[in-house]
Amino acid sequence: MSSTNKNIEPLWWGLFSAGGVVAAFLVPVHILIFGLAVPLGWIPDTGELFHHPLVKIYLFVLIALPLYHWAHRFNFTVNDMRLGVPRGPLALLCYGGAIVGTVMTLWVLLQL
Amino acid sequence: MGDKMNGTAVRPDKSKLYYPKMPRTWWLQKPAYLLFMLRELSSVFIAIFLIVFLVQIYQLTKGPDAYAAFVQKLSSPGWILFHIATLLFALLHSVTWFQSTAVVMPLKLGEHEMPRKLVFALNIGAWVAVSAVILILFLAFRG
Repeated sequence: MSSTNKNIEPLWWGLFSAGGVVAAFLVPVHILIFGLAVPLGWIPDTGELFHHPLVKIYLFVLIALPLYHWAHRFNFTVNDMRLGVPRGPLALLCYGGAIVGTVMTLWVLLQL
Repeated sequence: MGDKMNGTAVRPDKSKLYYPKMPRTWWLQKPAYLLFMLRELSSVFIAIFLIVFLVQIYQLTKGPDAYAAFVQKLSSPGWILFHIATLLFALLHSVTWFQSTAVVMPLKLGEHEMPRKLVFALNIGAWVAVSAVILILFLAFRG
């Protein structure tokens, strides 16, 4: 099991990195638009745009990749905080959570 | 964990290892440590935002009315506060990410490595441009 973990470690680092780039370049403007501007009525939106196939592919990248960024950071930071959280279950929660989030994102986008 | 626990026959190997004594609040001891912890925490806020955003998109499967009702819910003071906090965390992530990019992936111009401040500035410029393009595209094509 530990040799398997070693083999897939570069994958987690790669996804962490890709997710970090997406979170850094793309996420802030989406918080501004969909977290503030649209709810406050500055920019009215019916969500029509989300039905476009290219937008769906974009949304998949936007939502799924930063989840792996979270998983990697959360896993390492909780270990560093010495809270006594066992490593195995923590890693499962983090990377498993990101995988579940990816599947959920795919499922929602395919429903549209 | 009391002193009696250490060095007993239960875990003989552990007593030979060096464990630095770190209080659980080590990250409160220096501003730099706190900034590190806030940066790590930013990923939690970003992830929660994306899940909420996904739930918002999911409303469209139930029709435009459900979507509008969800957007209405997000206009409550609690959600607005959450999104302001999340935006600040996201900005912290962007700035620290571009700073580390300048260190981890230095750009070369011919033989010479570009100054880190210039790489950072280029990243910031690209980020502002990308954000503006997304905003303009959304304004142009939104329903």
